[in-house]
Order: sequence, then C-alpha cells, then structure tokens
Amino acid sequence: MKSVLPILTVIAAILLFWVVSVVPMNMHLVADQAQRDALVVTPDTPAARQDYSGTGLALRNPHLIPLTYTFVRPRLPSPHQVAGEMYKTIFGQKITSKRSLVFHGWVTLAPTLLGFLIGTTLGILLAVGIVYSRVMDLSVMPWAIVSQTIPILALAPMVIVVLGSMGVQGLIPKSIIAAYLSFFPVVVGMVKGLRGPDSMQLDLLRTYSASKSQGFWALRLPASAPYLFASLKIGISASLVGTIVAELPTGARAGFGARMLVGDQYGQPLVSWAALFAAAITAAALVGAFSVIERITLKRMGMNAS
Amino acid sequence: MNQQTIITARNLDLTFETNDGPVHALKDVNLDINKGDFVSFIGPSGCGKTTFLRCIAGLETPTAGEISVNGMTPDEARRARAYGYVFQAAGLYPWRTIGGNIKLPLEIMGFDKAEQAERVQRVLDLVDLTGFDRKFPWQLSGGMQQRASIARALAFDADILLMDEPFGALDEIVRDHLNEQLLQLWARTEKTIAFVTHSIPEAVYLSTKIVVMSPRPGRISDVIESTLPRERPLDIRDSSEFIEIAHRVRDGLRAGHSDDV
Repeated sequence: MKSVLPILTVIAAILLFWVVSVVPMNMHLVADQAQRDALVVTPDTPAARQDYSGTGLALRNPHLIPLTYTFVRPRLPSPHQVAGEMYKTIFGQKITSKRSLVFHGWVTLAPTLLGFLIGTTLGILLAVGIVYSRVMDLSVMPWAIVSQTIPILALAPMVIVVLGSMGVQGLIPKSIIAAYLSFFPVVVGMVKGLRGPDSMQLDLLRTYSASKSQGFWALRLPASAPYLFASLKIGISASLVGTIVAELPTGARAGFGARMLVGDQYGQPLVSWAALFAAAITAAALVGAFSVIERITLKRMGMNAS
Repeated sequence: MNQQTIITARNLDLTFETNDGPVHALKDVNLDINKGDFVSFIGPSGCGKTTFLRCIAGLETPTAGEISVNGMTPDEARRARAYGYVFQAAGLYPWRTIGGNIKLPLEIMGFDKAEQAERVQRVLDLVDLTGFDRKFPWQLSGGMQQRASIARALAFDADILLMDEPFGALDEIVRDHLNEQLLQLWARTEKTIAFVTHSIPEAVYLSTKIVVMSPRPGRISDVIESTLPRERPLDIRDSSEFIEIAHRVRDGLRAGHSDDV
C-alpha cells in the first residue's frame, strides 16, 4: 500500500504537465477559429499572431483559454477529451463495429500473441542451441544482434510487401514482425539463464553421471526461470510494438496502428490519441499479467521474486 | 577388520596448463585407502588436496601415473556411481525442497518413486533432519543445508564418500557438532570417507589416517595412522594422544613449507 502515494504523485505530475501544455499547444488554432466565429482576438491577423508564442498569445487572450480544452481538432487534446473518445469507442460501440477500439484492439492483439509465441519458442530454441553448441554460439549470436540493429520501420514494409506478393496476408505477416522483435530478449535472457549454474553445480551432476538432457531438465531449465520471465515481459511489449509498426506503413484498415495513421491523415487527433492510450494500456496489462504469472511460478518454485 | 584396499594411487602426476604457464598440481602421489577408512587430506591452499580428491572422483584426469577406485578407473567408478561427493557449499537447488534435493540423484539414477521416498526418509534420519523434507533450502541454516547435502550424497548408497571441505564455511560451534555427527554416521554406515580440510583439530578428531600435503608442487609429505580409538567423544581432543598426533601433523605442515622458501 505504501507504494500508492509515489505512484499517484507521478501520475498527478504527468497529468498536470499535460493539462498545462494544452493551452500553448492549441492556442494558435483556437485563436484562428475564434476569429472566424467573430470573437475578439488580439492581435487580429494570423500573420501577426505567428510572432507570439502559444503562452504569449494565451496571456493576451485569457478569455480564449477555456476553448483550448474543448477544441474539436486540437494539436494536443486535453485528458478529458481523450478519455471521452476512449469511453465512446470502447463502451459506446458494439465490439464488432469498425469504430470500436475493442475490435481494433483484438486485430492488433491476435498477431501480437501469435508473434510472441513464435518469437519466444524460437528464442528458447536458439538459446538452447547456443548454450549446447559452440558452432551455434559463434554463428547465431552475432546475427541475432545484427538483426536488432536494423530499424524495424524499414524492415516491416518489405516483409509485408514480399509476403503479400506471395499471397500471405493478414495475421501472419504482422506476427512475423512481432516475432522478429520478441525473439531477441528471450535469446539473450535464456542464454544467460541456462549458463547460470556454476561449475560446482555442474560437477555435482557429473558425479551422478547425469546425461546432458537430465542436466538440462533438472538444472539448467529451472535455473533459467527468473531470466525467462524478465525476457518474456520485454518480449511481449516488443511484440505489441512490432505489430503496431507492421500496421503503420502498409495501409492496414484495422488495428491500433491503422487507427493512429487514420487519425493523423484525416485530421482526427482524438482517434490517434485514443489508439495510442489503448495500446499503452494493453501493453501494461500484458506485462502485468506476466508479472503475476512470474510471482506465482517463482513462489511455487521456492524462489522469492522481488 | 577387513583391510581391503579400495582406492590406490601410484606415482600420480597432474599438471594444469594455464595462461601463466604450467602449474604442477600433483607430483608423485602414492596412497592406499582401505575399506572403512576415514582419511583426511590436510595442507595449505595450493597443495593439491582438492585436486587429488577430484582425481579420485574422475572430475580431473591425471597427466601421469595410475589411480584405481574399486578396481576401476575413476571415470568408470564415476559412471558406476561408486561414490557420493559433498562440496564446500551445500549447493542445494533453491527451487527444490530438501526432499526434492535429496531425490535429485535418485531421479537421475532411475530409482522408482516408492524407493525414492523411502530413501529420502532414511537419509534424513541419518543426518538428523527428520521432518524437514518439505522445507525449502532458504528456510534452513547453513549447517542444516550442509547436512542436507550430505544426505543427498548418501541417498544412493555409494560405499565411498568424498568430502571437499564440507564444513569450511561454517562457524566452529556448528562445525564441532557436525564433526561429532559425521563420526556417528561413519560408524553406522561403515562407509569409506575421504575428507579434505585445512583444520588440524578436525583432521585429527575425524581420521583413521591423516595425509599431510605440501604445495608447489602438490605432494604428500607425511601419512599418519591415527592411534585414537574409533569411538571418539568430543573431549578426546584434550587427551595427550590427540595432542601428540596434532603435533605431528603440524610438524609435517611446517616441513612442507620450509623447503619452498
């Protein structure tokens, strides 16, 4: 319970910063609109107003400040506008509707989970290979690292287009991008975890004349559990980012990425912001779910998760 | 008493190749260990006592000479699971209960479930940890953890017990207590024990045979057959016989040191 106060303090500070920023960010747009609506604005030409900062303009037109919080197409929407848009699109629509964020959320979540599953499986297999085979250690690891230096934004359209030309569309291409981002933390974490047991613990197994597979199941795999969970939490959020990036440059019509793009292109910032927040909340929920599984699993294994 | 020799080392040599050049860890080591012996290896660090124990266990391979355990090479003996090994740290798996840790070798060696459970109870009784099988290692003190690791080494009934400074990390009160328990356990199970230590009282109190070793290169400088009776209460350490043996061990250690100045 004692962690509640610091958390609330940080949230309050972020909200305050946001609320204060809304005024200068939207002031010029609001002033232009107010003039069209025949309100008094100083100075009275758009060109003259460009000489002022957002804050300066707000100080000269204090009567316009409330309007910055309710502006229809703001540069920076106010928190209650985003919350309202989210409420409308999450609870105010049938979840099968194309306007429902739940619908778009599922469109993004499905490839995220599939990609995460592929990436995690691949990551664990690669890590086992790297730990048990010197050839794989020397050959795979450099490529795994290089793969993560390529900007995903450059790679995603190529993967989507190439797969599209081969007739593969929808879930699979997005999952591949998600897997591409999520396998790496799993490889790194699992290699570290599987190599965790010290020489004494390995010698102990030798005195039992244990086979390699017995050593893997009895010692290396359980020893790597804490590392695996740390990797899974990074991997699942990386998967979500990968899926959203895969939706951005390819004209996808559904999903969080598509909503962000549509909002941007059609001048509906609220749509973008609502999608952005929904994605962040989804990521937090996924990571939170893994934290709970981690705590339960490690506790059952007799290890105290911190 | 049956004086069957079960461990024999002849002209044993072991050189480690390191980045700083070769290290002569063992030189010309000759030793016989009889069935039922309690043999201590004592000497300063770098004298090769642990290395020799690891050679017996087949964890290191000598560069020259011969060593046999139960009439086999150490590697064959290791595969035949001829010995239990106790390390300096208990090394219990934190994700297994005490019972689960003791079951580890039994699972690897393919004992059936009923026998595993029966053996766990039996060795827990032997090390005085009855009722602790469901506890996790972190719930036990260091001394209790080390006892659990001894139970783990006893679980599969190997005739030989190899112990590498098992009580080195424990305080003296706990160590005295465990020494006493170890003697009782040795008397009850009639195992052959090879025990590495750097404590003179520990070596004299426990052993029927004390092997004094000296460093650079690691070699045996003296082998002392103890004249103490097998039955040893803790206060035997105040007897003149005990002090005399301790003196001889100390002389042996000093002699080993003087010639490498």
